[in-house]
Amino acid sequence: MSAVATAAATEVMTYREALRMALTEELARDDRVFVMGEEVGLFDGSYKVTAGLLEAFGPDRIRDTPISEEGFVGAGVGAAMLGERPVVEIMTINFLLVAMDQVINHAAKVGAMFGGEVRCPLVIRTPNGAGNQLTAQHSQSFDGWFAGTPGLKVVAPASPADAKGLLKAAIRDDDPVLVIENLPIYKQKGEVPLDPGFVTPIGRARIARPGSDLTIVAHSYAVVRALAVAERLEESHGVSIEVVDLRSLRPLDVETVVESVARTSRALCVEEGWASYGVTAELAARIQKACFDELDAPVERVGMAEVPLPYAKGLEHAAMPNQDRIAAAALATLGL
Amino acid sequence: MAVIEQEIDRVSTETRRELYERMVLSRVFETEAERQYKAARIGGYCHLSSGQEATTVGAVHVLEPDDLLVTGYRCHGFALARGVPPEAAMAELFGRADGCAHGRGGSMHLLDVERGFYGGWGIVAGQLPVATGLALGLVRQQSPQAVLCELGDGAVNMGAWHESLNLAALWNLPIVFLVLNNEYGMGTSVGRASAEPELWRRASAHRMHGERIDGDDLDAVIEAAGRLLREAREERRPAVLEAITYRYRGHSVADAGLAYRTPDEIAARQALDPISRVRAQLQAVGATEDELDAIDDAAEDRVRAAVDFALASPEPAVDGLASGMHASRSAAQFERMRPGSPFGEEELTFDAGLGR
Repeated sequence: MSAVATAAATEVMTYREALRMALTEELARDDRVFVMGEEVGLFDGSYKVTAGLLEAFGPDRIRDTPISEEGFVGAGVGAAMLGERPVVEIMTINFLLVAMDQVINHAAKVGAMFGGEVRCPLVIRTPNGAGNQLTAQHSQSFDGWFAGTPGLKVVAPASPADAKGLLKAAIRDDDPVLVIENLPIYKQKGEVPLDPGFVTPIGRARIARPGSDLTIVAHSYAVVRALAVAERLEESHGVSIEVVDLRSLRPLDVETVVESVARTSRALCVEEGWASYGVTAELAARIQKACFDELDAPVERVGMAEVPLPYAKGLEHAAMPNQDRIAAAALATLGL
Repeated sequence: MAVIEQEIDRVSTETRRELYERMVLSRVFETEAERQYKAARIGGYCHLSSGQEATTVGAVHVLEPDDLLVTGYRCHGFALARGVPPEAAMAELFGRADGCAHGRGGSMHLLDVERGFYGGWGIVAGQLPVATGLALGLVRQQSPQAVLCELGDGAVNMGAWHESLNLAALWNLPIVFLVLNNEYGMGTSVGRASAEPELWRRASAHRMHGERIDGDDLDAVIEAAGRLLREAREERRPAVLEAITYRYRGHSVADAGLAYRTPDEIAARQALDPISRVRAQLQAVGATEDELDAIDDAAEDRVRAAVDFALASPEPAVDGLASGMHASRSAAQFERMRPGSPFGEEELTFDAGLGR
């Protein structure tokens, strides 16, 4: 297939549909792949990512579970150790907290703790994010917690194409991979390659928008916000902002970030979660070390306001890393 | 069923002698491990299973070669019973390259995947969901085998216990949860920890079969574990088997074991020692003191050889610090993570086998 033909073979679809396409293709490709989680089957998925899969693949491969995250995440670990390819859905990342022992103390430890004698090719899919007045217990992003754990791989697609490509890469990977999806992006549309062989390599960031004056580094929904801010500030201030979409948090493609910041000399890191001790804290540390001589301004950060998310719409909006806050931080970093 | 039970129950003298050998090997290994720990050749936590040999050896004896075994952290005896060479186990305790986990796991994390032993695990009850998943994997692979999952009496008050039993019963998984009730979770007795101290009864909350046996009675263990594993294999019926036993030593080597129990209590239990019981059974069918002493001596020799092997085994190379953590084709995924790494990180992990 020529490059032209490959590029042409795309279709516009939502992030949710792209995830479903990835699951469908991998379920068809490999009998070891099975999906497990709350409401993934009969209910068609809490956020409809798995809609139609039960009918297509049956209850053995699209396995409804009780509300029992520690139990079925652990069951995923065990099945994976036996060579199966479980794809465990957690309704939202907030509920992964009750399964933390299985994720951190078990899945992440299998490879190293047992001296490489056994692998754990487990995938956990779950959305993070805030913005629908879901309040304190349902609006969180713990991406940095997981990405800070050796033994795990963590990816966080920001586009429909990467939703497909990274989920497929995760399923084919021989290690435990957490795929962090995002509630507000599920309905976002974009071009998605139809090739069943298409995967997005783990550990490779992408330049989502080229620019020359400032680099905004982001992942997940923060990429969508950053792209909008970049357009806005180009119009209002004539500045050229580059946006780096990390795509993977662990492994983290620092090289792409550093190459970009070396060109723009300014960096703003944005995340959906709390910035303290967060992904942006890690980025800032690495950028200042790798780009010490190139930087024209301190590395800046924007994250969720450091409060449990409130319910009232105005308060919630103010707390989120909204476009106004990102734009203000960008202008400050640019000295404008 | 009665005929089958009889068959399982009737252990031949030859088999009983082999089981005696394994029980003695386990006891001698643990005694030596304590000595080596106190000589500072073994570090970390070291949980000994002396006194629990009938349950350990009996339950593993009725596993088929392709059945799977999962345990908590008091795993030396299970590893040896499953056939892990004492050399590989001792070398792991010594943190050496030839240990069964290449010096990465230590006392709590012995394993031998080729023998179906999927690990000693260190978080109380954490191994239960994993074992449940292994049973699910067997079903998905249409394997006729079953999983034996060991846990202690302390694990039954964890949420993971309830979640695992529920999933196993709901999905008809081939798994036997062997509750090794040695009467104390660390220093807290079952009576002070469990509102239902007859732990086997908790299976009924999930409409699962449960029963309790004298875990120091080798024949009782073999009969019950054999029957329940057979039902798990043939009928996909999970079960809880509570084996009452006793650990002679403290919770770990660092615990004298006397703050919460008396020397008299320990002595009373040692008077019913499971190894002595099997020895007496063998003597009753004609084994001589000399024959049995020779078995004991052979175990001492084997464990001494294991110590020599461990001592001779090299320390794991620091330039392989990160090897094994990730699958072998992962190195390229991590390669672009190097810039700006914390001081020394590139040498310690990226250059030391990360993803290779």
